[in-house]
Amino acid sequence: MKKFDKERVLLAVAGPVIALVAAVVLTSFVLIASGKSPIEPYTLMFEQAGFADVQVLIINQAGVYYLAALAVAVGFRMNLFNIGVDGQYRLAAMMTAVVGAHVSLPAALQIPFLMLVAVLTGAFWAGIAGVLKVTRGVSEVVATIMLNAIATSLIGYLTLTEVWGKPLGNNQTTGVMKESGWFPGFDMGDAGEIYGFTVIAVLAGVLYWLVLNRTRFGFDLRATGASETAAAASGVDAKRMVLTAMLISGGVAGLAGLPILLGDAHTYSLSFPTGLGFTGITIALLGRNNPVGIAFAALLVAFLDKASPALDYATPVAYDKEIAVIMQGLIVIAVVVSYEAVRVWGLRRQQRRVGAELAAAAANDNSKKEVAAR
Amino acid sequence: MSVELAGITKRFPGVVANHDIHLSVRKGTVHALVGENGAGKSTLMKILYGMQKPDEGTIAVDGEQVAFASPADAITRGIGMVHQHFMLADYLTVLENVVLGSEKLHGIGAAARRRIVEISERYGLGVRPDALVEDLGVADRQRVEILKVLYRGARILILDEPTAVLVPQEVDALFDNLRELKAEGLSVIFISHKLGEVLSVADEITVIRRGTTVGTAVPAETTSRQLAEMMVGSELPTPETAESTVTDKPVIQVEGLTVYAGGGASLGESGSVGEAPAAGSLAGAASAGDAKRVLDDVTFTIHAGEVMGIAGVEGNGQTELVDALIGLKNADSGTVRFLGEEITSWPTRRRREQGVGYIPEDRHRHGLLLEAPLWENRILGHVTEKPNSKGFWLDPKGAQADTRRIVEEYDVRTPGIDVTAASLSGGNQQKLIVGREMSHKPRFLIAAHPTRGVDVGAQAAIWDQIREARREGLAVLLISADLDELIGLSDTLRVIYDGRLVADADPAAITPEELGSAMTGAASGHLEHVERAERAEEAPEDEAR
Repeated sequence: MKKFDKERVLLAVAGPVIALVAAVVLTSFVLIASGKSPIEPYTLMFEQAGFADVQVLIINQAGVYYLAALAVAVGFRMNLFNIGVDGQYRLAAMMTAVVGAHVSLPAALQIPFLMLVAVLTGAFWAGIAGVLKVTRGVSEVVATIMLNAIATSLIGYLTLTEVWGKPLGNNQTTGVMKESGWFPGFDMGDAGEIYGFTVIAVLAGVLYWLVLNRTRFGFDLRATGASETAAAASGVDAKRMVLTAMLISGGVAGLAGLPILLGDAHTYSLSFPTGLGFTGITIALLGRNNPVGIAFAALLVAFLDKASPALDYATPVAYDKEIAVIMQGLIVIAVVVSYEAVRVWGLRRQQRRVGAELAAAAANDNSKKEVAAR
Repeated sequence: MSVELAGITKRFPGVVANHDIHLSVRKGTVHALVGENGAGKSTLMKILYGMQKPDEGTIAVDGEQVAFASPADAITRGIGMVHQHFMLADYLTVLENVVLGSEKLHGIGAAARRRIVEISERYGLGVRPDALVEDLGVADRQRVEILKVLYRGARILILDEPTAVLVPQEVDALFDNLRELKAEGLSVIFISHKLGEVLSVADEITVIRRGTTVGTAVPAETTSRQLAEMMVGSELPTPETAESTVTDKPVIQVEGLTVYAGGGASLGESGSVGEAPAAGSLAGAASAGDAKRVLDDVTFTIHAGEVMGIAGVEGNGQTELVDALIGLKNADSGTVRFLGEEITSWPTRRRREQGVGYIPEDRHRHGLLLEAPLWENRILGHVTEKPNSKGFWLDPKGAQADTRRIVEEYDVRTPGIDVTAASLSGGNQQKLIVGREMSHKPRFLIAAHPTRGVDVGAQAAIWDQIREARREGLAVLLISADLDELIGLSDTLRVIYDGRLVADADPAAITPEELGSAMTGAASGHLEHVERAERAEEAPEDEAR
């Protein structure tokens, strides 16, 4: 039985490793094609990762990515494609910023309260797609993409000066949040500050694992993802499951903007980062929806993000920092291909091995009859 | 001989799908290949079409031995296949669909059109090259598929269950086409399990059962009764139920159960799950008003200790009956009572928790998570029950321990409980499912084809399990294509046809042949055979006993 455990680890690692190697090789081809060194950008980026301040940046960014990717992964585990994480976290961050600027509770209450606002906003926005799917059969992919666009417009409207916005120089903000809602960070001296919310991200990962693998609800969710028909026959209410999964996914997505909002920005403005939700999809894919895998993937992508800007200023030859973007794109493609290939290969391999082991066992006691028909 | 298969054997891990198969198709004939689902027909055809490689045996085309690495090789040799599910692009014209992938033959313009019209006229296919496939009906699409194959130069056509999607008039038209084809010297291999059709169109019939060819027949010298006998077989160990254990305590009472065909929902897709009043699927509610009744006023009672067998040709409402009983499909009218309590509106989970066991017809779709380990499959369907969970939490240790017990007690051949369900053979998967369902001491068991694709030893073991549980007061609804199994295990027998229970029989007094002819007879409207076989007339409604 040990063999199969080892086998599973091998299979789990083979996919990402093949994908990453392929992505690096392909990126090198791009570099060669543009007449540049195919190796130096990597060494430059690794050098960057040695600096403490870059490390802090990477960890902070990874925490944000981790939450966004968890949100996507919840949907993935039951074959729901929540592309709307982007709109959900932005809307949630904005609402939280507005509430945080107007409500002032003691810190011990203020922070949980703000988190609740974020979760509910994200869940509400994702829930729209969930309700549409359950009642009208609208594909959640289409609905969430549309909701992203609507969220952008809605945020634009709500941050107008006439509504909740406060102009600040050239920027349009929602006003500075009350200080009791600032999430204390870990001071790293000159290197900067690690968001305290990163701890929440880690806890969310633990909770994710616990719920999926150790609860009845998690089993139903995974069963639905593995085989909708079998789950239905086993008594899972598919509609309720779709709605619940969308709500959870949206709720987690709502948290994704908070590390930045509560730890650093303290207001929602035009310069609030966008696109985290889409990066989250990449990371969830790369991390195979596994909480540990997602953590590694989040760190990797954060590293690419934060180590690549230095390429622009490299001497004597400058590289385009977009190399990192190219690489991220290639990772996605490579991941999809290599995971499917590894999955099929792994299944075949296990079938063969089980067949072989049983044949060996059958040879020992000759009583076994041949099994006919499929 | 245009095709000759000799000694074909194909093994999948732990399973022999084909074993020593012999098939000879003469030039200019229609050769039918008949057998139950899962008998190995499709594997054999995949081998002939180059999609699978045989482990043993030889294939000869026109007397020349060949080995196919891919369907492309088979096509070069003049073998073409018309799949049951059409492979046409809806938004392209017939011409475009036909040339797609074979642009090299006659180009994509006038020459191709000439060729298509020529083939169409020669074989009387009546295909219009410029019609959009989207606008064509099922029968026309099928003719396009046949034309596609002929365009590629096929001399040997494989038709996989071609009549499954056609109405009777279309079937007749198809058979006329087939006669044209054979008059031109082409050979047709016709896969079916509809015996009446096979007898009317085939020149020769090969019967396949449990992965091997059991005989060849000529329609003129055989009857559908004899064919059914060959298909089902009677040399298997007979599942005799020793003494009657039927009590007078009703366990399941079904009254006037009616279900309408509801678009996608009728396929048993996940979308159809839901609370009782929500009749619609995820894809939208289907209007029940003008829909076909897939179950029509079905009434029966099964008592504690009673096994009720349902005989019938597949597709006559068995699937819908099972779905309605387990709660995957909601009754449009009628009631289901379980131990006196009305459960018509109960969701699936509640039914299962209360003691309805379910051995599904299609274990891959409804019974297993193929890529999950065995112990997770042991949880499936019983996640709220011990030993799988403690309250809100899952209990992996308990489930694993109990999986080991099932593997042991039910003789599931596996190296461990951490391997995926997909790596087990069909028979062992089935034993796991039976073990799982029996472990929860059901009061009512729905057993749909419980021993399909299972080897003889496992079959006997499963029968023993059912018999033992029956002695302890289990009520069983048994649906099977294996008539020996039905007769041997059942205390009462019903025949289902077109969604209605049209006949009943006493298993002690009926033979497989008589029952088989009742099913085919019912299918073609000859119910008088049944009367000799001791049953009620068609007209009076099936009373609850």
